[in-house]
Amino acid sequence: MQAMIRKEFRQVRRDRRTLALMIAVPLLMLVVFGYVARFDVKDIPTAVLGPRAEAVAAMLEQTDQDPFEVTIIDPSGDRSSAEDLLRRSRAIIAILADEPPFTFLLDGSEMFAAQSARAAMSGLVDLPVGAVEVEVLFNPELSTAAIMVPALVGMVLTAVGTVITSLGVVRERQEGTLEQLAVLPLRPRDVIVGKIAPYFLVGIVDMVVITAAGLLLFNVPFRGSWPVFIAGSLLFLLAVLGTGVLISTVSQTQGEAIQLAIMTMLPQVMLSGMIFPLTSMPWGVRWISYLLPLTYFVQIVRGVFLKATPFDALGIPFLALTSLAVVVLGLAVLRFRRDLAPAGRRRHAATEGAS
Amino acid sequence: MTWGVAGLAVSFGARPALEQITLEVPAGRVTAVVGGDGAGKSTLLRVMAGLVTPRRGTVRLPARARVGYLPTRAGGFRDLTVAENLEFVAAAARLPDPEPRTDDLLRRTGLAAFRKRLARDLSGGMRQKLGVIMAMLPSPDLLILDEPTTGIDPVSRSDLWRLIALAAAGGTAVLVSSAYLEEAERASWVLVLHEGRTLVAGPPTEVVASLPGAIVEVDAPAHPESAWRRGPRWREWRPGGDPAAVAPGLEDVVIVASLAAGAGRAP
Repeated sequence: MQAMIRKEFRQVRRDRRTLALMIAVPLLMLVVFGYVARFDVKDIPTAVLGPRAEAVAAMLEQTDQDPFEVTIIDPSGDRSSAEDLLRRSRAIIAILADEPPFTFLLDGSEMFAAQSARAAMSGLVDLPVGAVEVEVLFNPELSTAAIMVPALVGMVLTAVGTVITSLGVVRERQEGTLEQLAVLPLRPRDVIVGKIAPYFLVGIVDMVVITAAGLLLFNVPFRGSWPVFIAGSLLFLLAVLGTGVLISTVSQTQGEAIQLAIMTMLPQVMLSGMIFPLTSMPWGVRWISYLLPLTYFVQIVRGVFLKATPFDALGIPFLALTSLAVVVLGLAVLRFRRDLAPAGRRRHAATEGAS
Repeated sequence: MTWGVAGLAVSFGARPALEQITLEVPAGRVTAVVGGDGAGKSTLLRVMAGLVTPRRGTVRLPARARVGYLPTRAGGFRDLTVAENLEFVAAAARLPDPEPRTDDLLRRTGLAAFRKRLARDLSGGMRQKLGVIMAMLPSPDLLILDEPTTGIDPVSRSDLWRLIALAAAGGTAVLVSSAYLEEAERASWVLVLHEGRTLVAGPPTEVVASLPGAIVEVDAPAHPESAWRRGPRWREWRPGGDPAAVAPGLEDVVIVASLAAGAGRAP
């Protein structure tokens, strides 16, 4: 038995990736997720609109009322402009400060922020704002399904895109057929596009099925534009497929590919805002969120499903998702090209041509 | 046309894999690269396939579309049938009318009855044959086969060598690696690698004839450091010659060369 235990320890010690997965990654996750795993939101972007906006904003600032962080003051604003601010995610709370009782509009697609805001309303009673009315928009019942199902579309696409794609390419490498492909008179782009295309189609089918199931089984509303949703989904799919191919280019075996895929999936689930609100994360961790494709996809799908957010208000998530897709897919293609057409082949051809 | 390498050196990081290798692979001939595990056979073949960049030396290769390559252990795409594997190669190589040649190769390898069988369901020998005919299908100028007969039963090995001979007879330059020395005797030129360097090279008969001294068969070796087992008896190399010498084979010559290389002297 001793011999067996010694053998296992030696093997585990030399399998650095597994060792990292067993020791370093859990530690990192505990630290990162420890800061992230909270549902109480301390600073909620708040807009105050109406004739008495400045007075109400000043009062909220003077009394340092958590969690209201006044970011927009618009004395000429009305209910319609307030709803528009929430729809465009420029604020999560909009206070209509005209005649008492003031109306507090809450963005129900930001469930935890809305809950924190509602809980904080009781603290306002002592302030000279008088009675207040609270109205939750977009997700009036604060239904968990309404905010989770659109985000789950992204999570499932991440799983399919990253894990399955990375396995498909690594299997070729393990079986030696990747080198067979490399020698066939195919251009690297033929191989790369041919390799990704089936997964792209499967991803689209997955997207349709999950979205349909979400809408039909969980009665999640879809209020926005289908073209915007489809464009966001396709961009996101490209980013996750690129991640899958990138993982496959740095993995020698299917086991390694799965380990890496899990390492990239967990942070996406925990840090993308899908479960824990981005606004409750400290900046030391939140910057990681902004490097993850799922973060922007969650913003797009929640906006489109629940708030009918127009395309022009989703410029930043679309731009970020496009940039991430281009960078990840570009890196994947460059590394895959190196596998398929080593510099040596081109140099040989040049030498041959010159001789 | 003759393909090949001259003064080739390959390193993986700081570790040298091949040093000062020169090899010509002429059209219509079978050239064999033999050697033990880690000798550098696959690296040399991968250089010839354009998959490894040499550190030094010149490499003479046909255009990419004119190279057929079977990597070690590969034998077609597992989840495609025999017919689909060949169809894929024909489409990738843009062969105008691949059916007659496909049918001919399938018939010669005995795979015609297994067209619809998935590659993963073929036996080891059948998969290797599939891999070889996939590499041969586009009638390449240079056919590179990395250990196509390793782990294969004797009948399948014989079939595979018939295929290799067929390719050479058609004018293709064939480069085959093998761990089996007796197979190298079928080639017109053999390069024996040992720890990334050329141990011996030449036509098999000339390599055998070049053996200095003599080999004797004994029951108990007088110099164990120059002896090796052959069946129940021993063979021993006598550098100064011996009247009781037996006819050496290629395997004996290679063993003598590696013994001499290990002892730091020329055979």
